[in-house]
Amino acid sequence: MSENVSLDYRIITDIVEQGSRVLDLGCGNGDLLYLLAKERSALVQGIEISEEAVYQCVEKGLSVFHSDIDSGLTDYPDKSFDYVILNQSLQEVKKIDLVMDETLRVGNKAIIGFSNFAHIRARLMMFFRGKAPITKSLPYHWFDTPNVRFLSISDFKYYCAVKGFKILHVRYLGKKREVGFWPNLFALNAIFVIQK
Amino acid sequence: MTLKAENIGLVKQQYFTFGESPDELKLDSGKALGPITLAYETYGELNPEKTNAILVVHALSGDAHAAGFHEGDKDPGWWNDMIGPDKALDTDKYFVICSNCLGGCRGSTGPSSINPQTNKPYGLSFPVITIADMVRAQKHLIDNLGIKKLLCVIGGSMGGMQVLQWVASFPKNMQSAIPIACALKHSPQQIAFDEVGRQAVMADPAWNEGNYYDSDKPERGLAVARMIGHITYMSDKSMEEKFSRKLKDKDYSFKFTTDFEVEGYLRYRGDNFVKRFDANSYLYVTKAMDYFDLSGAKLIPKAIDVRFLVISFKSDWLYPSYQSQDIVRQLKIRGVDATYCEINSTYGHDAFLLEVEEETRLIKHFLKKTFHGYNIAR
Repeated sequence: MSENVSLDYRIITDIVEQGSRVLDLGCGNGDLLYLLAKERSALVQGIEISEEAVYQCVEKGLSVFHSDIDSGLTDYPDKSFDYVILNQSLQEVKKIDLVMDETLRVGNKAIIGFSNFAHIRARLMMFFRGKAPITKSLPYHWFDTPNVRFLSISDFKYYCAVKGFKILHVRYLGKKREVGFWPNLFALNAIFVIQK
Repeated sequence: MTLKAENIGLVKQQYFTFGESPDELKLDSGKALGPITLAYETYGELNPEKTNAILVVHALSGDAHAAGFHEGDKDPGWWNDMIGPDKALDTDKYFVICSNCLGGCRGSTGPSSINPQTNKPYGLSFPVITIADMVRAQKHLIDNLGIKKLLCVIGGSMGGMQVLQWVASFPKNMQSAIPIACALKHSPQQIAFDEVGRQAVMADPAWNEGNYYDSDKPERGLAVARMIGHITYMSDKSMEEKFSRKLKDKDYSFKFTTDFEVEGYLRYRGDNFVKRFDANSYLYVTKAMDYFDLSGAKLIPKAIDVRFLVISFKSDWLYPSYQSQDIVRQLKIRGVDATYCEINSTYGHDAFLLEVEEETRLIKHFLKKTFHGYNIAR
């Protein structure tokens, strides 16, 4: 795999087994799906709300449904996919419970990647400057962010416990490499593999 | 993205006749019809393996002349923007076929054709046909051209319904389907608009129970039907942009003449239509659309290997996006490989003829992948 491939894509590609059936919710321009199809011979499909991104997916030869995540899952039969991916899209989901339940209904496992709101820089910015945090993984102002959810690694673990989702595997991401020490403080992003 | 304006050049209509007695075409109504002639055109060249053929199916008022120019004509075929060298349906790569539908009046057998048994036009003695009957007839043409498997069947509006019917009837004879701005079944609203159109035709005294081929044609009735149609093909917004309340003259006439530009446009469209379309065909073809219903499991009764590209338009209120999403729902349930895009257009139903650039971006790459193999990894 090329060095230019971002860390989260490399980790997700690492997680997905050869020939898996994969659905990417909020697949954007399809870069991740393309990588999974190429590197893992995965049978891939995407759901994406942006029309321009849909065109870019089709130009890559990907199959994609133009739809929002909140309503895109209902028609798939149970366990249609080995993996359903929500990478950097959970923060934009309105009906979290519904989407998470549906994700783990149509997918055997879910790969959830999100930015850690409790990263040390976010905490410092909040504490010393009294401003809504802007970090490498949360680069938006309060007025232009597409995110409607702000969660930390600890928050997500707590949510999984409440919902009874099994956490099979977690990877913590720093700027360029993975983080092992105190992830809720030092990881910019996290990637969870969960199952119901 | 820039689109090349290269055209195909001069094209000629061809004819294929089948269903001579005793091999008449069996229709959904239980009746049999024959012989049947289909007018068709082809663009590009069929490769030796016969794997690059695309069937284009037309809408209600369309015909076999989809692209290029007929000798002496100023205007090209109805989908010329989409068919040609380097266009969405690239005639340097693909062999494109378009035929006038059964029941039509543009060279294929329909109610205005001469019934060989009576040597008079069929009129209302022509059997009522369905979308499935149209597709059965097309299948005869495709067989005759020696094509076992079409690369794609593509069409908008009623063409889209024929695409879906191809999937339901002959899934093994096609690799991919592109239904555009259409529905799995005609809704009561769509049936209602069609019925108003038919009533307009039948209320014209010149219609004379369909016997008008030796006398004046029911032009007023058919023109009114077409005017209603055109309203449903546009959107509130596109009408506002195109006409607003603009007047043809400086002031109101205080008469029932055409004051507003929109009135003039509709009359022009109506008057033009009657020159090229048969009123009885209008009745038969709209009826076929109204009978169309592939809802539920009827579209895909068993597992198929057909890829789909489903396209709808945001401002299309005649065939709203939810109807295309119904198609998508069936595909998801069946695990069929599919792509769906709702193009953000303000043109209403007409968008399928107008949003060339967006459609091209989708169709060109979708076809490329279908032609060169499904799997990216391969």
